[in-house]
This record gives sequence, structure tokens and C-alpha cells, in this order.
Amino acid sequence: MTDMSYREITNNGLWKNNPALVQLLGLCPLLAVTGSVVNALGLGLATMLVLTGSNIVVSLIRKQVSDAVKIPAFVMIIATFTTCTELLMQAFTYELYLILGIFIPLIVTNCAILGRAEAFASKNNVRASAMDGLMMGAGFGLVLLVIGTIREILGSGTLFDNMHLIFGPVAENWTLHLFGEGYGFLVAVLPPGAFLVAGMLIALKNVIDDRVEHHRATKRAPVIKGAKRVRTTGTVS
Amino acid sequence: MALLKLTSPHAHGTQNTANVMQLVLLATIPGLLALTAFFGWGSLINIVIAGIVAVGCEAAVMGLRKRPIMFYLGDYSALVTAVLLGLALPPLAPWWLILVGTSFAIVIAKNLYGGLGYNPFNPAMVGYVVLLISFPVQMTAWPAPLPLYPDGESFPGLWQSLQMVLPFLHAEGIDAFTAATPLDTFKHNTGFLVDQLYQKDPLYSRASLAGVGWEWVNLGFLAGGCFLLYRKVFTWHAPVAMLGALALCSTLFYDGGSSSSHGSPLLHLFSGATMLGAFFIVTDPVTSATSNRGRLIYGALIGILIFIIRSWGNYPDAIAFAVLLMNFAAPLIDNYTLPRTYGHKKSRRATEKKD
Repeated sequence: MTDMSYREITNNGLWKNNPALVQLLGLCPLLAVTGSVVNALGLGLATMLVLTGSNIVVSLIRKQVSDAVKIPAFVMIIATFTTCTELLMQAFTYELYLILGIFIPLIVTNCAILGRAEAFASKNNVRASAMDGLMMGAGFGLVLLVIGTIREILGSGTLFDNMHLIFGPVAENWTLHLFGEGYGFLVAVLPPGAFLVAGMLIALKNVIDDRVEHHRATKRAPVIKGAKRVRTTGTVS
Repeated sequence: MALLKLTSPHAHGTQNTANVMQLVLLATIPGLLALTAFFGWGSLINIVIAGIVAVGCEAAVMGLRKRPIMFYLGDYSALVTAVLLGLALPPLAPWWLILVGTSFAIVIAKNLYGGLGYNPFNPAMVGYVVLLISFPVQMTAWPAPLPLYPDGESFPGLWQSLQMVLPFLHAEGIDAFTAATPLDTFKHNTGFLVDQLYQKDPLYSRASLAGVGWEWVNLGFLAGGCFLLYRKVFTWHAPVAMLGALALCSTLFYDGGSSSSHGSPLLHLFSGATMLGAFFIVTDPVTSATSNRGRLIYGALIGILIFIIRSWGNYPDAIAFAVLLMNFAAPLIDNYTLPRTYGHKKSRRATEKKD
């Protein structure tokens, strides 16, 4: 495990072992706050911050903590980083903090984070753990972002609405109205829409994986073993 | 002597999927006629548009899944979904409403789950619910029944109706009257005794059972349902249990006709989509419980849910929600109502482990 290359860690976090699409961890925030791009981005960044931080600290203390108190210690570390993130969001993006509400403190219970602390950070060195936290967080955040984008477009017909909550006054005019005013398809914004979009994304990932696998299998043309005959008469057309 | 090698059973069923579906389509005609007579051409237009969309979607999905397209179109199941959805949607609904609902029903509720026979939820009802929670304004705008139009006025003609449904045909100055449905009016009644309300509102006073127009629509679907029962397309258990439970609940909570009454059994049985639901939705062989005992439980619970949602819920009618909720429960009901196999003393649960 320890000699895992950064390339492999990146591939694992973003695609092969993506927390949202493959491990199916942390589905609660994934489904609850992806109604718009800004919510998804906010929660994705917060989760990524907590995940990276907790992975680093867990990796630092991995040799001092005995198995008996491992889980409580990890939860304490995660809770600490979640509280830091919460305070940061209160300080800099207060409105977004209000919108995301309970889902910020609930990052503590996101099993993707505890899962990475247990499965990776407690067994690897600090640099690899930091990388893993960053990539897993990015993978989770990207899925959040994609679901948020699809649901915002389908549900409210807008894109990048309220982005000033994260990027400040610069982003006041970023809102795009794709289908004109008055459009709305409420199902996409409600929880069923989240389940549908997440399910479609998982299906899409599996299709892509299948295609790639199929492509690889056909590219490596098998060598036919056995006797070869030499044609002795006629012409080869 | 030639011995033919035949294995039992030697009787052949005459009903294949296409036959059953054709019978169901045929049985919707009385209800459709009543809808057209009282609410105009809207329902017919709904059905035509929904039918075209459904067949198109089914063909496209089957093409994508590399299945024989004509074989799957030939079982008429997509068409039945379309007709049921078209009947349930308010007449003169805009075309895109029908398009969204039907394609959702066929593509997502039916084919993403594996197609006919694999769908856990009734596709027509999924389409209806998606539309109801997404577009509540359009979905609750029912036209007024013909007897309630002002004197000398009638509902828009066929061409005018088409213009209203398809706005790109330049609809200007055409309008239909919308009115609250009997269930809706009853729900928002606060100050009147039931008798007073029935005298005051022509919606009830000009009707003999439940509400002008609506009672005939429901009688039409009842007739269609009886025809299907007679042709043994489904058993009596689920519809009778549903109607019985609904009647029982509404009798218990009738409250002597006070101003907080939740409506008489007649009102509940003959208004809204009660009969359409009882005979065409609840009896769906794919999404309902399988055994007769299971169907009794399934139907009765739907009836109770309908009454609960109609009386204390936010929506005036409740067939779709009740049916979807019970679709969830159908596998569980099946698990506990496995029939006794011939030759065995008692039935076993489906999940029971072999000793």
C-alpha cells in the first residue's frame, strides 16, 4: 500500500474508486445539497478541506494511536476540522453557511471521510495521505458539482445562480437563464431528482468503464497458437 | 397408433399480453366518452399526443437496447400507459406537459427498470406524480363540466381545443372555463353543512350521485371495469377491496354531514379518479400484489391511503400517490401472503430457508 504512486492515488480518487460514484459514501449531502451549483461547490470545497486536513493529521499520529481508541480519535480529528470549516464559512461566506445549514456540521458523519482515515491515512505516510485526501475530496466535490449543474439546469433553468455567495460581488451577474424566465421543473430540484441524476451518473461511469475495458480487450489481439499451414497452390487474393 | 408426445398442461390460455392490453384499451372507451361529453375534446387530444410520444419513446429505447422494436410495440403496453396517463391528465393541458409526463413514464419509470414486467411502479402514475409535483398549476386546472357553462356557451370545439393545446397554432381569444372539482370544492368547504353545500353549489345540486359530469365519468370507468372483470382480465379482489375500504373510511368519517365532514361515500366513490384507479391502475398485474389474498390487502390499503390523503393531505385527489406508495409495499405483501401449494399443509414464506 505504502508505495502507491501519486498517479495511482489521483486516479483512485477522481475515477476508479470515486467516493460518490463507486464507494457510494456520503450520499446524504450528495443528495441533499446538490440543488444548485453554488450549494454543491460550497459543500464540495468544505468536504475536501476536512478530508485533506483529517487525512494529514491521522497520518501524523498513526503510529501513536492504538487500535482500541483509533475510531474515537479519528472522529475527534474530523470533528475538529469540521468545526474549523464551519467557523471559516461563518466568517467568509455567511449566507452560504445559512443555506447549507445542518449539512456543514454533518460533514463529521460523512463516512467517506472516516473511511479514508481508516483505510488510507492510518496506513500511509503524510504526503501520500494528504494527496489521497485531496483527490478523494476532489472526486467527491466534482461529482457534487456535476449533479448540482445538471439539477440546476433541469430544475430551475439557470446556471451559476447566486455564485456571489462564494466568489463575492464579482459573480453577481454570472447567472445564466438557459430557458428564459418562468421555467421550472420542480422534480429535478426535489430529492427524487437527486436520486435520478446520481443513478444516471453511476450508470454513465459504468458504461464508460465497460467501453474502455472492451476497447482494451480488442486492441490486444490474441496470438493464435497451434500449427500453421503454408499455402502451396493457387494465388492469394 | 401414433402417440403424440404432449406434456401437461394441455389447455391453452387465450390471453396473451397484446390481447389483454387491447381489452384494457377497449374498456376505457365508456369513460373516455363521458370525459369528452362533459369536458370537451381535451382528453381525446391528450390520449393522441400521449400515444404518439409513448410509442416513439418505446421504439427509441428498444432501439437503443438493441431489442426487436416491432415485437415490443406489438404488446400495446406503451399505448395502455399513454391512454391511462392521457385520461388522468386534465383536458386541454399544454402539449409539453403531456410530452414530459409520457416520456418520463415510458423511459424512466418503465424502461430504465427493465421494461414491461420489471417496473416496480405503475408508469402512468409515476408520470402523473412527476407532473403534479413539478407543475401544480397546470395539473390542477380542470375545465368546468358542460352543464356548468353559462347559458348558450359550450366548450371549445375540436380545432379550438387543438389550438389551445398546441399554442403554435395561433390561439388567440379562445378560453375555456376552469372550475374546482367536486373533491376540491369539498376540501375547501369550511362554513357549510354538507346539505347546505349541496344546495348552494350547482356542481352538486345538479348532480344525482357526486358531482356534475364526474359521476358519469366514474360510471363510465366502472362499466369498463365490469367488462374487464367479465372477460377475466383481472380478479375482483383488488378493486373491490379498494372501493370497499374507501367507502368504509368515508362512512366512518362522514360526521353526520357537518361542516367538517370529509364527504359522503358516494362523493368519494364517484368523483375524482376513483373508478379509473380502481379498475385500471390498481389492477396492473406487474406492480400489484400477486395472490388473491395479497390483492385484497393491497387494494384495501390503497383505499385507506386514498381517503387519508384526500381528507388530510395537501392534494385534492390521491389515487396516484396511494398507488405508488403501495407499489413499494407490494413485494412485502407478496412475501407474507404466499398461497398454499397444492399438496402442502400450509404455505411458506418466500424468504424462508429450506431446512
